[in-house]
Amino acid sequence: MMRKITLLATMILINAPAWMQTNPLIGIKDEKHLVVAFTHATIHESSTKTYSNATLVIKDEKIVDCGEKINIPKEAKVIDCTGKHIYASFIEIWSDYGLNTEEKTKSVDAALYWNDAIKTDFSAYKYYAHQKEPAEKWRKFGIGTMLIHKQDGIMRGSGALVTLADIETGKNIVKDEAAIFCSLEKGSSTQDYPSSLTGVIALIRQFLYDVQWYTAMKGKAEKNISIESYLQLKSIPIVFDINNKADIFRLEKIAKEFDLQFHYMGNGDEYERVDGLTSLSSNVIVPLKFPKPYILNDPYDADIVSLEDMYTWEIAPANLHILDSNAVKYLITTAGNGSPNDFFKSLKKAIQYGLKKEKALYALTEGPARFLKVETELGTLEKGKWANLIITEEELGNEGFCILENWIRGNQYIIERGAEAIDIRGNYTIQSDEGLVNGKNFMIKGKLNSPGGEFFINDTVKTSMEISLDKQLVTASFLLKDIKSFMRISAQVNKDKLWKGIIENQKGEKLAFTATYTSALKEEETKKDKQVVSYAEPRYPNKAYGWKKSQWKEAEVKSYLIKNATVWTNEKDGVLQGYDVVTENGKIKSIGKNLSCTGCKIIDGTGMHLTSGIIDEHSHIAMTRGVNEGGQSSSAEVRMGDVLNAEDINIYRQLSGGVTIAQLLHGSANAIGGQSALIKLRWGKTEDELLFKGAPAFIKFALGENVKQSNWGERHHTRYPQTRMGVEQFYYEMFNRAKEYATKKKTAKDPVRKDLELEILCEILDGKRYITCHSYVQSEINMLMHVADSLGFKVNTFTHILEGYKVADKMKAHGVSASTFADWWAYKFEVYEAIPYNSAILTKVGVNTCVNSDDAEMARRLNHEAAKAVKYGGLSEEEAWKLCTLNPAKMLHIDGQVGSVKEGKDADLVLWSANPLSIYAKVKFTMIDGIIYYSEERDAELQAYNQTEKNRLVQKMMQTIKDGEEGVSPARKQFFLYECETMENHDYELIQIVD
Amino acid sequence: MKKLCTYIWMFVITIGITAQKPTPAAKQTKSIRIYNVKIHVGNGTLIQDGEVGFVNGKFDRVNDNSKTHLISNSYDINIDGGGKHLYPGFILTNSTIGLREIDAVRATLDYDEAGDITPEVRAITTYSTDSKIIPTIRFNGVLIAQSTPRYGLISGQSSIVQLDAWNWEDAAIKMEDGLHINWPNRNMMIYPSKSETDDENALRKKRNITIGKIKDIMDRTLTYMKEAQHEVYNGKCEALKGLFTGEKTLYLHVNAEKDIIESVTYFESIGVKKIVLVGAYEAYKIIDFIQQHHLSLMIDRIHELPKTDDEDVKLPYRMAKILWDAGILFTFSHDGDMEVMGSRNLPFNAGTTVAYGLEPEQAVQLITLNAAKILGIDQQLGSIEVGKDATFFISNGDALDMMTNNLALAYINGRQIELKNSQYYLYEMYMGKYGLEVK
Repeated sequence: MMRKITLLATMILINAPAWMQTNPLIGIKDEKHLVVAFTHATIHESSTKTYSNATLVIKDEKIVDCGEKINIPKEAKVIDCTGKHIYASFIEIWSDYGLNTEEKTKSVDAALYWNDAIKTDFSAYKYYAHQKEPAEKWRKFGIGTMLIHKQDGIMRGSGALVTLADIETGKNIVKDEAAIFCSLEKGSSTQDYPSSLTGVIALIRQFLYDVQWYTAMKGKAEKNISIESYLQLKSIPIVFDINNKADIFRLEKIAKEFDLQFHYMGNGDEYERVDGLTSLSSNVIVPLKFPKPYILNDPYDADIVSLEDMYTWEIAPANLHILDSNAVKYLITTAGNGSPNDFFKSLKKAIQYGLKKEKALYALTEGPARFLKVETELGTLEKGKWANLIITEEELGNEGFCILENWIRGNQYIIERGAEAIDIRGNYTIQSDEGLVNGKNFMIKGKLNSPGGEFFINDTVKTSMEISLDKQLVTASFLLKDIKSFMRISAQVNKDKLWKGIIENQKGEKLAFTATYTSALKEEETKKDKQVVSYAEPRYPNKAYGWKKSQWKEAEVKSYLIKNATVWTNEKDGVLQGYDVVTENGKIKSIGKNLSCTGCKIIDGTGMHLTSGIIDEHSHIAMTRGVNEGGQSSSAEVRMGDVLNAEDINIYRQLSGGVTIAQLLHGSANAIGGQSALIKLRWGKTEDELLFKGAPAFIKFALGENVKQSNWGERHHTRYPQTRMGVEQFYYEMFNRAKEYATKKKTAKDPVRKDLELEILCEILDGKRYITCHSYVQSEINMLMHVADSLGFKVNTFTHILEGYKVADKMKAHGVSASTFADWWAYKFEVYEAIPYNSAILTKVGVNTCVNSDDAEMARRLNHEAAKAVKYGGLSEEEAWKLCTLNPAKMLHIDGQVGSVKEGKDADLVLWSANPLSIYAKVKFTMIDGIIYYSEERDAELQAYNQTEKNRLVQKMMQTIKDGEEGVSPARKQFFLYECETMENHDYELIQIVD
Repeated sequence: MKKLCTYIWMFVITIGITAQKPTPAAKQTKSIRIYNVKIHVGNGTLIQDGEVGFVNGKFDRVNDNSKTHLISNSYDINIDGGGKHLYPGFILTNSTIGLREIDAVRATLDYDEAGDITPEVRAITTYSTDSKIIPTIRFNGVLIAQSTPRYGLISGQSSIVQLDAWNWEDAAIKMEDGLHINWPNRNMMIYPSKSETDDENALRKKRNITIGKIKDIMDRTLTYMKEAQHEVYNGKCEALKGLFTGEKTLYLHVNAEKDIIESVTYFESIGVKKIVLVGAYEAYKIIDFIQQHHLSLMIDRIHELPKTDDEDVKLPYRMAKILWDAGILFTFSHDGDMEVMGSRNLPFNAGTTVAYGLEPEQAVQLITLNAAKILGIDQQLGSIEVGKDATFFISNGDALDMMTNNLALAYINGRQIELKNSQYYLYEMYMGKYGLEVK
């Protein structure tokens, strides 16, 4: 029997009658039973089914009937909804309503996951309490049901679905655990790790692997509440809070890795990457917070607003329309809109920009219901579902739309004046004992619930009327200027809009007053909105210098013939005068004299120099939210490939300096840094498309002052290691741990926990991953080579390596390459003996050497840096040129594909106006895979186009503000960011960018 | 040619004895004539076949041999320049040279005094002639510099020095040449805290308070100057007096166009005599204003990124051409990252302006005569002219290009200075270790 009851309880939990409550009943029982019929309404039963002049009947908490020809039960209370619309109440997915934010302190030593940002043990329903005032606020948005969760941490635990009726807390809970919530922000955790986005992603992956392992251990693993809580939640949707559209693609990789499906709480910028979203089955929850136009009355101010921000302002309202047209699944959230008015204004705007009304309704009702698998109870007004409904004036998305009543589980909540309030707008004629007004006309217009009026003294002279409404009672007053006196009216208005009451004149006499409705307002007075909207085709990146889709066709030339250039081959042929080069399908097809080529696009290279593209071995551009996971001394588990940012303008800037390839490195905050990413600077392509396909795997290591926190300030004097001695021992410790791990994987009977950090160290020991090590002084360089030799691996590259010249012979013996600065020194103590002759000495001793930038500005001038080896140390011009092309290709093990001008290699080519080592050389074009990504001509065109677009948008913003939209003062974002970046760009790259 | 070679060879011998630091050169005692050189005069002209003569540290002969031929037997030493390039010593402006050695070592940093308003501090007495960085800068042709305090609102007073001296007294050309004032940027929070960066009003308020601080000390200085007798000595007002008497230049560090107009208008209204804009990134947008107010500029280094995403990627490279064509008197500094040690690249920054529009001699002029004019030392320095200091160098090739910048000889006040430096000695030392030959 007991079991049956429990089963029944779960099935019909949402409609639990009083006998199911556990609370003791005090006093006399007063159960509410109610039948209500809403008549003559336009009823939007679902997003696809609408009845006009229809009836909806509810009984207690449920809808019992809905349609055009419905029998109204005798016992029903009838609410006349003539002219009104009825919709299902909205379901809000994103909220922290009703949660006791002060979480009960849990025992520090509880069996939880080691990292505090993993809060899977948190279940919102356990901390939820119905709160009247906030509930009232949300009901005004039209919301009947809300999914609530605690917005703190990376894995945030489960969210609960609750209704917003003023009833018992327990009764309001619809579904205890309706979704799992996650984010990419550490939140309130006081632990150092993770300090960057790359660390956050690594932590999520490690946690999910730990879950797999825990399951495989079948109870043999040490108890872990966080993992067990997560396991219990399987099969409910996982929602990720993201910072921008690119995060979706970062997280999709994790979803694939673990065969999961993620959904995303978006930002409104998803349209910029809509192509990639089309194929996803995830839902994107989209807020309707649109940027305001900038106040640009001052021409100087316009300069500090970026074209990117202007485009965002222009296109963001079309986000939903664009997503919808591309078959992306989306839900709408009110999060980000401060007031119902704000939200409905934005919704109206989205509809003006092309979103269909029924789609908007779906995304607010049925969509979320299906998403949370409560579509049998919620989301439409079909028979049998919950009586969660809103009665509105006007159709959703129309001018004048407002919510009059919000019914939740059969409980009525009047928002404005209620559904039965009379619309008094129209034209009237007065009959009154007051001769001054008798026979005169007046007009009531404006908003339904806050109308204004005009009293006609005669056909041409008007005076405004103050109107206030309270249900059927209307008060009105107006000034008669000629007698300088106010007339005041108080009247009852009936359904036929007949006013009956009194008027008090200037003498204090209360006289009879009636007014009869004569006609409706004319069309123009109801201010129908007929604004035509237009917006630019989004560029990618959607900012200055971004590409339009149509421009790619023009750029994707199959074949080029560059004629009569001085070709720096970097091969045995050396520098060839007056040679031609033909590219085809992204490769170098042929090099020779007087080549001909049918259908080729011809570029005259007379007097110019053609080289292979510059390769920057050490770069930190095109990444986002932290290049250092400095929380721990080893962060081998983090991957720079996870945090690429294809929209960094520095990609374009460096193309203008002839750079085609950059190795993106983790910073040097810790001895074992993160995994590197190798990119080609394909500006205008997405993160994944930037990656150099098939590039060998690398990891960043670091030595010296940064690793031992010498310049981090007084607070940082405890993390091991604090000396170079400790650095050495730290490596021994970590690699020995990795060896033990590898052995254990081979021999252990039980499943071995996958350790992402040690996995990577094993790859190094197995020769599957190369090391680039940040290093300066000779002792530490020597030390790491010893560590490597004794543990049986090789160091591939010493990067920076400013004292490499002191141990060049040892480096040659170890077979390591050197990637150095041309002439930097004296920025910290460990570089006080750095000399600009370093690269020349290393080259002459026989170490494969290159120059790197580690600096977004200098990267544009790596040809200058290479040329300095001619000045300091007397390398030949050809040797010097290889320092920034072939030599880095060799050390990255990609010289089979790039690094020289050779038939069959990638067509990564740069045409220079002069000897590329000369200060006077300018880049004419930079080509990657046979596509010209930068050229002087295209740059000039883009600059002109940027200016045209900016002018257009300035005018448009001015007009919008003139038309009554609220504006904001120009942001100073660009200047500020620039400063922050400069701080971080230096070689003390360890400084945390994420605060 | 042979003579020059002999000469250089002799001078190599002498260094063997020198330690890690080059010894400052002794006073010129013998008159010297150098002939068969291309003279980059510094005023925009090039003498293809020239000769110079100098006695007691001053030029007494600068001649274009293609036009007139002079009798040459009056000089003690005659050097064949072998057709190489002769330039006036390059001038590094707005630099913390001598005030900092190793950026990350606090004990070596001396350019930022505590407090917002510190006009009383002056660079000269702290300027370290022993900095190991200085000889590496001379190596590329920079022979004169302006050593400048930094940060705060009024950073202090800069000094002009020559780069071969036993001590700061020897080095000084001008001890207190001007005051450096940093005008707050309207588009940037001065000391941003997290909450304030989002609040327009907080920014404006803070900025007004900050500007108020500058105006307050200026007001008090004007009052102080009117006092017949000072009851209380005020070091800050004493330091600022020179701005109103014309003895000191106001180096006004300001970048945004509206800030330039606002600050210049203010300082002119209170009677500041000579204003040089430093940074002046957006000056190119208000050329008319710059011209009408006869302002000269010390713009940022050329090798910089544009300041916003939208700007021309090459804007900093093209800036010199834009300003030159507008007829504005300007030079550029090497202010910023890797500031002092990187300033040996000053000549190559000038080279870039040639790639982006200037004539080579105009580029030379930027870091010679223009810099000298702006610093007010052009009577004495900045070009190869009779009567001026014999502060110059000879390079084997084009000094504005890193491939060919290669100094053979350099003189400051006629004293032939040592070019080798600690970095060169390490080079020799390790080439020796590996049995490689230094060419």
